[in-house]
This record gives sequence, C-alpha cells and structure tokens, in this order.
Amino acid sequence: MPKILERRRLVPNLHLIEVHAPDVARKCRPGQFVIIMPDEKGERVPLSVADWDAGRGSVTSVFIVVGTTTRKLAALNPGDEVPVLVGPLGRPSEIASFGTVVLAAGCFGIGALWPVARALKAAGNRVIALLDAKADYLVYWKDRYLSVCDKVLFSSRDGARGSKEFIPRPLEELLQAEAPVARVIAVGCTYLMYASSQATRPLGIKTIVSLNPIMVDGTGMCGACRCTAAGKTKFACVDGPDFDGHQVDWDELFLRRKSYFDEEVRSLCRYEETELP
Amino acid sequence: MAEDKRELAPEEKARLKADFEKDWRRDLRKAVPPKERMKAGRQRMSERSPDDRNRDFNEVNLGLAPEAAQAEARRCLDCANPLCVAGCPVCIDIPSFVKLIEAGRFLEAAWKLKETNSLPAICGRVCPQEAQCEEVCAVKKACGVPVAIGNLERFAADFERGSGSVNIPPLPPPTGKKVAVIGAGPAGLTAAGDLAKLGHSVTIFEALHEAGGVLIYGIPEFRLPKAILKAEVDYLRRLGVEVRTSFVVGLTATIDDLRAEGYEAFFIGSGAGLPNFMKIPGENLVGVYSANEYLTRVNLMRAYDFPAYDTPVFKAKTAAVIGGGNVAMDSVRTAKRLGAERAVIVYRRSMTEMPARTEEIRHAEEEGIEFQLLAAPARYFGGKDGRVRAMECRKMGLGEPDASGRRRPIPIEGSEYTMEVDLVVCAIGQSPNPLIPQTTPGLKVGNWGNVEVDWATMATSLPGVFAGGDIIRGGATVILAMGDGRVAAAEIDRHLRRGVAAT
Repeated sequence: MPKILERRRLVPNLHLIEVHAPDVARKCRPGQFVIIMPDEKGERVPLSVADWDAGRGSVTSVFIVVGTTTRKLAALNPGDEVPVLVGPLGRPSEIASFGTVVLAAGCFGIGALWPVARALKAAGNRVIALLDAKADYLVYWKDRYLSVCDKVLFSSRDGARGSKEFIPRPLEELLQAEAPVARVIAVGCTYLMYASSQATRPLGIKTIVSLNPIMVDGTGMCGACRCTAAGKTKFACVDGPDFDGHQVDWDELFLRRKSYFDEEVRSLCRYEETELP
Repeated sequence: MAEDKRELAPEEKARLKADFEKDWRRDLRKAVPPKERMKAGRQRMSERSPDDRNRDFNEVNLGLAPEAAQAEARRCLDCANPLCVAGCPVCIDIPSFVKLIEAGRFLEAAWKLKETNSLPAICGRVCPQEAQCEEVCAVKKACGVPVAIGNLERFAADFERGSGSVNIPPLPPPTGKKVAVIGAGPAGLTAAGDLAKLGHSVTIFEALHEAGGVLIYGIPEFRLPKAILKAEVDYLRRLGVEVRTSFVVGLTATIDDLRAEGYEAFFIGSGAGLPNFMKIPGENLVGVYSANEYLTRVNLMRAYDFPAYDTPVFKAKTAAVIGGGNVAMDSVRTAKRLGAERAVIVYRRSMTEMPARTEEIRHAEEEGIEFQLLAAPARYFGGKDGRVRAMECRKMGLGEPDASGRRRPIPIEGSEYTMEVDLVVCAIGQSPNPLIPQTTPGLKVGNWGNVEVDWATMATSLPGVFAGGDIIRGGATVILAMGDGRVAAAEIDRHLRRGVAAT
C-alpha cells in the first residue's frame, strides 16, 4: 500500500500530503489529479497533483479540510499507509507558448497551479500569478511562485498586500494593467473559477478552469463527475479536468457539487463523535 | 459480430470422448435407464423468501443440498454427443462433471470444472444457462425441462470451497515469459488463470482498488457474494498470478511502457467503462445516476452501510430504473433493498423482448418490483435544490424487428404521463472504455470505440496484443467475456511459444 512520506499543515485548514507512488510520479504532468482513499472504509476522492518527484518516487497534493475524508487525510502521518493512490488521472493541462498568462489561484488551487506555473514559464511564457486567500497568512508557497513567475500579486480580505477584494475585481485590474493577456487559468474553489470566467468573458480572454465535481472511479466508468460544457455532457475525469470556463454550465456544477451535503454532515458527525483522534 | 457458440476443436472432442468411454461412466449410464432419468422432475434450488430477502443484501439463492444435486445429476442422459458443451462459451466438459456429482465425487466434479473454467462458483451464479448449455440440453428436447447445469456447477464449486481443500493443479515449469493482463474482470481473470496454468508469469493490472471488474462493482452481493469472488481471486493468486490494483494502464503506464519492462504479450480486458445516457433534458439533475455509478457506490464502496462506510448513496421513496437488462434488474432490486417504497423498471419494449435473465426478472417480480413496460422517459424535472422530482414518460408501441432482432419501439404521440420519482438509474448500456485505445498508438478501433479483433484468435491489430470481453463487444455477458479470455490465453500461449522457437 502507498506510504505517506510527509503530511503537514501548510496554513490553517490546508494540508500538504506527499505519498510514495513511484509509478504515478514517473508519469505526472501539470493539471492532472490522483484519486486517494484514506482508509478501507473511506471514499475515493480526487486531489489535484501539486508536485511530484520521480527520483524520490513521490506525489504531492494540497487539500483543504472540509469533510470526513479530508479530516482522515489530515490525521495521517509519515509511515502511515493508504489503501489507494491511483493516477495520474485526467488530461494534462495544455502547455505551450501563449504569451502573457495570468494564473488566478486560491485555496488548494495555489498548490494545483504550481506545476502549471513552472511548466508555462519553461515554455517561454510571461507568467503572472494572482494568489487569493481570506487573509495574507493563509497564502502558502509564495516563494515557489516568486521563483518562477514574472510577477506575483496577492489579494486577501485583510488587504495586507495588494487588493482587499475577492476575485473578480483584482483580476479585472490585473488584466487591464497587463493587456494583452493571452490566457487566464483559474484553479481553486468553484466560486473563484466561476468569478474568474465571468471577469474574462467580456474581454474575450480564453480562460481555463480545472473542474472539481464529485468523482468515484475517476477513469470514466461511472459518470458521477458529469458536467456540461458547450451544451454537451462531459466526464470531468476523462474529458477534463480542464475546461473552457466560458463554456461551463456553472449552475449545474454548483448544484451537483452539493449533492450529498446532508450525508456529508452526517458522516462527519459520526466521524467526529466516534473516530477523530 | 461475435460468435456466441463455438465449434468444438478436434482435441476437445477427443478429450470428451476419452472421458465418456471410461468404465465408471459406462457403468453409471447403465445403472439407470434413460426413460427413468427423464421421469424425474428438476430439483428446485431453495431461495430465501421474497419479503425477507428484499430488505438486505444477503444472497437470494441458497444452493442445492448434496442429495438434491445427485438427484438432479441423475437426470442427465450422458449423451454421446453432448450439445451442452458446444453451447458453453468456455466448452466445459459438462457431462463429466455432472456424472461425477451423480457418483458423489463432488470434489472431483469441481476439479473437472476448473480444467476449463477458473471461476465456476461465479458462472454457476451469473451465467444465462437457459440461453446456453441448458437451452440445447437433450433432456429439454425430450421432456421440456433441461438438467439444471448451472445449479450443479454452483453446487460443485461451493462444495469444494466449503471443504477447505481447494485443489491447485500441478503447474508446468515456468516459461519465463511475462504476460500483462489489463483489467481484473471476468475476461482478464479467465485469461490470467489459463496463462498461469500454462507456466507463464502473469500480472493483472486493475484500475480499481479491488479485483473483479463488473463482478465486484456491478453485480450485487445478493446475487454474487463478494466472499466467493475473493476466493476465486485467491485461487488465481495461488496459481502464481500477481494482481496489481490501482494501476490504470494507459495512464499509470502505457502498453509500450510495459513492453519496455519486459512484458511480451498483452490481454486487454478493460471492459465497457463508459455509461450511456439518453441525452434528454434533466439527465444531469442530482439523483439521476448511471447504473455504473449507483452500483459502484453500493457494491464496491459499500454505500449500503453508510455512514459506517464514508461513501453515500441516495435512498429513494420512488426509484425508477431505465432499461430491461440484468444491470437494470440489479439496480432496481438494490433500490428496493435500500428502502424504496416503489422501485420501478421503465422499459421501452415488452416483457418478451426484455434482455434480462428469466430468473432475475422472476426474482424482481417476487420482491415487489413494478414494471412499466412500453414506456420511456422523455425528460426529468428537478426542484430548486437540483434534485430530480419527477419524470415525464412517453408510451411506446412496437414496430418491425430491428437489427437486434427485437421489435423496434415507436413513441405514441400524445401519450405523455408524469411520474413522481426521487431517484433515477439509467441502465441503458455502456460503451467501451476509451483509455487504452486513446493511449495505444496503432491499436485499431471500430465505430463504437471497441477494440477490433480477429474473432478466431482475439488478436488485435498490434502484434502480441489480444483483447476480449466488453472492450471488444461493447456490452455482453460475463461468460462471453470469459470465453474470449480463454481463446485469447490459448493464442497468447501459441504466440509466446512461437517466439521461443524463433530464438
């Protein structure tokens, strides 16, 4: 079974997990994801790949603690094993020389977009990152972004550096200042991706989002992750996870993501009352 | 299209004949005259009562007692030209194992089965025997009711497992050849078992975290207990087969990558993992599942035991399952067991055209499943929360037979009616999984995304790469997949030995 090499809290509620999975590490590319199961009774959940190390044979993800599964993951320690880590799944992000690319990231998306930032820079792009969080101390991996991006901007509600406002406002300002921007890639909570897509639509800037619907098998077998893009039903696990944000049926995605809200609460109550270490 | 029934090869005929002429068989045949054999009625396998079984997931069928199995085996005439063997996609020596049961040599009966079928406890439960071996049974021809071959197969396999003395056949010296089997479903498990018995080093690569394919994620516990599948997979492991789960060939490694690692032959049995939908309004509402998702949540992820297991599944007041195949029956009976007050099959043709096994339909009816025949959904309606609330159906008439030989359903105009539902399961078939075709350059693919093969050998367009099961058929049965696995294993063996001779 895959062994945990590292698990630590990056900032409150956001954790990094590094798992020994040499086969997966050999094949990872930016924009892909893995499916992990925290224990034998757990759910299979998708996590974006935030980094990998073929030499060390490891895959790293960043996740936010919300429900039972992510609490179980946050309770793991180096040396522990998980029954499932499978991947890399999904199509890799398109990496090419576009010109100026703006990355809008929040939450686990800061981790998920890191390999994309690195690859885009290596492909010769001018890469600008906008990292958003509730408060400045919740932004992680600043150094990583500063090391490859041409510019890194921040927005947080405490206004510690940069804008106090949430996306779309700071993104709109950025796009105006840096025009022409060839492409925006937004990864984070559904609302951030939706708001980014709304901001770029009138400007006609191609916007890529990494969709995060509920999944079960992650290989196209079950269809739990179906979403609508350009009026057609797509399976995010095999057709995505990257989609054109202007083509996504966001209302449907918001509703489908909330499918099991009641069950999730019930599951979490049971976990906290009976199992939480 | 595929051949469901195969002509027996000369060596198979010779093998049958040798057993047929053994003294004990001759003596047994003489012991009871055929007329008397045919007079006896078919032994009924006992089942749990419908109102008891439709509340839990324990197995419905209870199997035959030894005396009943022997009585049933006595009905077999032990024909000189046994049509049942040709009716079986894996050509089991049916008369031999049946007569061993009649003689009370139950363990030997199981071993006889395992000479040709690595998964008899599974086939005895899920094969459509009534359309295969039992359909051509001479006793059926003579008096209308065939020998219960499937129930006897189940009996022998269960007896062996219960006896605790599962026999591992003597294995030939290792050939040193590495074979990769892609997918641990019925096709892959069969191919792996046969190849291991031929001395090859076999690794099964499985995308999910448990082996079994449709046998673990699709077919419910009440029809095929997981413990039985586990025992069959353990048997393969004892034959030396390595099973690597959570490995997606195409993504974790491609066929070319595996070739570079020293695998010399491949069997693709990756299944029909892409559920079909009708493309009608409202199909993406919350509470509309594909059968694959619904059954995977319940079977593989154990959602029936939520919240002890973390994966949830919706429980319904009224569950509508669209379709009339075995998967539809599995889904609707699952919904009933999860507490649905009404669990309804909505099928666009009539009972006559329904593709599900007779036994599954009977079991469903007994368990209180409703059948709305000659009807099909036209759209779904949802509430503000995005949950499905109702469906609009249209009634159907039947026209001329279509390509499948079944009468074509024709919508009746103005026949729309609305039904309140809070759960919908689409069980209208699936397409071949695209991951391997997409990531294997040079692999020839047909119009439906199916991998194309030479039906006689199961060889694909790539040298050393064979395929079988739903990845080539689109959506068929467990036993046809196993038949493909068996043919492919024999061809892979020939292919590898040719390689040996050449070097």
